[in-house]
Amino acid sequence: MGEIVSIEALAAQIKDGMTVALGADNSGPAMAATAVLLAQRPKNLHIVCVPISGIQADMLIGAGCVGTLETSAVTLGEAGGAPRFADGIRSGAFKMMDATCPAVLAGLVAGQKGVPFMPIRGVIGSDVLKMRPDWKVIDNPFAPDDPIVVVPAIRPDVALFHAREADRFGNVRIGRQAELAAMAYAAKTTLVTVERIVETSLLADERSAAGVLPALYVGAIAEAKQGAWPIGLAGEYTTDTAEVARYAKMARSADGFAAYIKGFAQRFEAVA
Amino acid sequence: MSTAPATTREILIATIADLLDGVRTVAVGASSPIPAAGAMLLRARNEQRGRERVRVIVLGSREHNFFTNGSFELFDATAQGRVDAFFLGGGQIDGQANINLVGTGDYPTSTVRWPGSFGSAYMYYLIPLVILFREEHSPRVLVDKVDFVSAPGSSEGIHRTGGPHALLTSLALFDFDKEKKRFRLRSVHRGHTAEDVRAATGFDYDAPANVPSTPEPDAETMALLRGRVTGELSECYPQFVETLVADRAA
Repeated sequence: MGEIVSIEALAAQIKDGMTVALGADNSGPAMAATAVLLAQRPKNLHIVCVPISGIQADMLIGAGCVGTLETSAVTLGEAGGAPRFADGIRSGAFKMMDATCPAVLAGLVAGQKGVPFMPIRGVIGSDVLKMRPDWKVIDNPFAPDDPIVVVPAIRPDVALFHAREADRFGNVRIGRQAELAAMAYAAKTTLVTVERIVETSLLADERSAAGVLPALYVGAIAEAKQGAWPIGLAGEYTTDTAEVARYAKMARSADGFAAYIKGFAQRFEAVA
Repeated sequence: MSTAPATTREILIATIADLLDGVRTVAVGASSPIPAAGAMLLRARNEQRGRERVRVIVLGSREHNFFTNGSFELFDATAQGRVDAFFLGGGQIDGQANINLVGTGDYPTSTVRWPGSFGSAYMYYLIPLVILFREEHSPRVLVDKVDFVSAPGSSEGIHRTGGPHALLTSLALFDFDKEKKRFRLRSVHRGHTAEDVRAATGFDYDAPANVPSTPEPDAETMALLRGRVTGELSECYPQFVETLVADRAA
């Protein structure tokens, strides 16, 4: 539990065909680990974006690692559309499961609670529902005339994210990003990269213990300074918008994408 | 303080603040600087006028977001009825206020693919006052029928407490008539005509015989917008603030 390993050993736990939950850009995407995955190239991953993704999903698609993509959106924010995602959609390179944010979160909560499904409001009458045969409409068993959507539990093989700090005992500080906890509860194991590993238990301070994910849920931790770069990490550093824009431009073509990721891992080391 | 007349974007921001008048809690999605500015303007103006306090939640901001329960909290607070207003857009918006955030052409291999539906297939049903906002006003955005329904403008026979209230673009402001399920042109912004709007809109809508101009912000509103609100906005939208300030000088 919460074993501290190298980033290569951490990434190597993601194997062909696994279902992998990824945090959104505002909750610490594990980009340093993604750089390693781009070298290791696991195939046919089922990626679950919680509840959206950006450059991280786009890179995994571009590298041919994605068999199924379950997400409410993929966007590079101010840098525009995600180019490898859009290209993969056009060519049918992966199975697309369009969702809506609270449905992904509800599926994880069902996984967290060990129940088969979770009801959510809205969605009825949308083409999102029409394209998701795995989502059902049931009658509210407690009130008449109230059809409601139920989404199945999401149980990822792995949850992967980057956070500010972990302690030697495998506890991870996630702060207010509660969806990271839901990801970890629902997943069979959780892999976390962190800016730093501290010697004192993060559970020791009553004032901040609530924002800590206990080692019970954590499979492995690796230290990765600037591990979310070029995306920001709350309280640590902001997004390198020039770098994201450079990626957005280069990744418009498959060749440009290949050229970009060739130097990605090395630039990571230079930034860190 | 600049006394130059309101820029187009400042008129949009002030119009949003007016549309939000009376709300207690307004949420703004990520990458939505103009709606965020409108919400912040209402908050500042109500404070100055001694009116009801407005809570503003800007996703992606640390300064203007008091949530502590991660991505869950906006959706949960919305379902609890605690959020009065929200903004949605779309690559396509049609005459029945259906919105498409997914793409054009045959799903799933869309010829033009946009990011995805985000929370729209939920928020549109539950937020009492949804403002549809899209700067581009053209027949390719404002279409007769969307290619993909991320969220429908109206529903029958289901629990639905929310939906479209208005549609604001860089040319005009429309109200949504929930009974008729149609838009009605309310006003046209300075520099444009009702004919321009008709020509640039791909769906049919109602309009009064004489279409008024969108009101210009008053001096108090302009002072708040160019002072406090510009400062507040720069925390989460520094690039947008640069263009906003540059427009004023132009």
